[in-house]
Amino acid sequence: MKNKDVSFWLFLAPVLFALSAVVLIPLLFGVYYSFTNWNGISYTEFLGLDNYVNVLKNEAFRNALWFTVKFCVASVIVINIMGLGLAMLVTTKIKSRNILRTVFFMPNLIGGLILGFIWQFVFVNVFSAIGKATGIGWLQGWLSDSTTGFWGMVILMSWQMAGYIMIIYIAYLENVPGELLEAADIDGANHWQKFRNITFPLIMPAFTVSMFLTLSNAFKIYDQNLSLTNGGPYDSTTMVAMDIVNTAFKFNMMATAQAKAIIFFIIVAIISLTQVYINKKREVEM
Amino acid sequence: MEKKKSKQRLLLELCGILLGLLWLSPFYLMVVNAFKTKLEIFTNTTKLPATWTFDNFTQAFKELAFLKTFMNSLILSVVSIAIILFFSAMAAYALSRNKSKLSGVIFFLFVAAMLIPFQSVMIPLVSLFGKMNALNFYGLMFMYLGFGCSLSIFLYYGALKGIPKSLDEAATIDGCNKFQVFWYIILPMLKPISVTVAILNIIWIWNDYLLPSLVISGAGTDTIPLKLFLFFGQYTKQWHLALAGLTISIIPVIVFYLLAQKQIIKGVSEGAVK
Repeated sequence: MKNKDVSFWLFLAPVLFALSAVVLIPLLFGVYYSFTNWNGISYTEFLGLDNYVNVLKNEAFRNALWFTVKFCVASVIVINIMGLGLAMLVTTKIKSRNILRTVFFMPNLIGGLILGFIWQFVFVNVFSAIGKATGIGWLQGWLSDSTTGFWGMVILMSWQMAGYIMIIYIAYLENVPGELLEAADIDGANHWQKFRNITFPLIMPAFTVSMFLTLSNAFKIYDQNLSLTNGGPYDSTTMVAMDIVNTAFKFNMMATAQAKAIIFFIIVAIISLTQVYINKKREVEM
Repeated sequence: MEKKKSKQRLLLELCGILLGLLWLSPFYLMVVNAFKTKLEIFTNTTKLPATWTFDNFTQAFKELAFLKTFMNSLILSVVSIAIILFFSAMAAYALSRNKSKLSGVIFFLFVAAMLIPFQSVMIPLVSLFGKMNALNFYGLMFMYLGFGCSLSIFLYYGALKGIPKSLDEAATIDGCNKFQVFWYIILPMLKPISVTVAILNIIWIWNDYLLPSLVISGAGTDTIPLKLFLFFGQYTKQWHLALAGLTISIIPVIVFYLLAQKQIIKGVSEGAVK
């Protein structure tokens, strides 16, 4: 097919139209609106960078951003350690390995909204019931302050995503050549030495993939935030995505929300481009 | 040595099973409490119910209008995915059979669009489609094509590189036009990757809450996540009903998972290492 062929363009037309109407044009409009006093329908004034200045000075947004960053750091660490641990467990020769894979991956298929509701019940009702029965104090009052809200989100996210990350690590672990490990055995290496010097370097690419996947998923999280804590108490667990939705559809401040949305886009793009850059660099080195 | 090894394995086996049970415990808690009365949930949260009651399920089923809601979700997902698969495969085919610079730029455009998070286009999108009176079930399907086509084209493009061009040429000589080549020769060969693309899209579309809540909320075509959210707001602190509703909503996903587990896990890992 050549550029001048009608068929080339006919084949492309539906997706080009959809992508433009749904993503590209709204993004361009969005960038433009973020410089105006747009109210969702029309605008009367061009404000330049005013919205951005206000957003960056806005305490609610800064709190949301800071909470999100902390959440990302904690989630990335916990999920990757758990994902790798689970992957190593189910790639041993234990009999239950297949059923365990099924079990660990299961939460990943269920929507964040539903999972958040389930965990709300677990944290609030089950934790306090166990706390009462055993007298353990810290099991009481979960999700009623920002600390337990934070860890509640981290636990929920880890439970949901660890199985997914496990699948990625499994793919790489199964590609570690058995002869290498056997050779190390003969040389008298112990478990830790084998992991440290053979397995770990060979699964490094899985590390990058998993880290960025977790990072961008954690940064963009909305459903779980909505159903687990709904941002409460007092907006202390509101994350960036939720702050944008609330600014737009609760408080009807469309231009401000759009400025936040563009900042959000820039951060997500930086995360993804860093990943692309690292992958490219590694390909060259190999 | 051997004895030590088998002891180690037994220990590992035990750890695995305990961890697996811990992993499933939220589901266990959800299901057993869905069978209790409102009162019993507070007096006995962790154990099996004293008497099993099905009333919660009957009421939740009715309140969720579950059959209708389920059908809404199903129709939305199936039609959207059919559209995404067909048009993405077609576009990827055209792009992969044209080696010009322009074709490369268009492909790059689709890949780059994957970087754009939903929230950064959401507000203008709703405003634009609102002006065109397209905030409805069909508008939503079209939006899913827009959001879903990038990754799908990317995956199809990769698979198409492995299908030799001589096949197209042979079919053309036999008198096929471009669309016939695509429909009769190429599309059937793309079946394995189509399964992957379908699975990745269904997981996302089936569970999506935010976009449908902005586009079709309250129009009588609520999907499972939408209905569940409303239901939850209505019955806050009525956990016996809420948990029954959650249980009902999860059953279709679990059934799908157990039936298509191999393909799902394969698809998800292919999609992740893109």
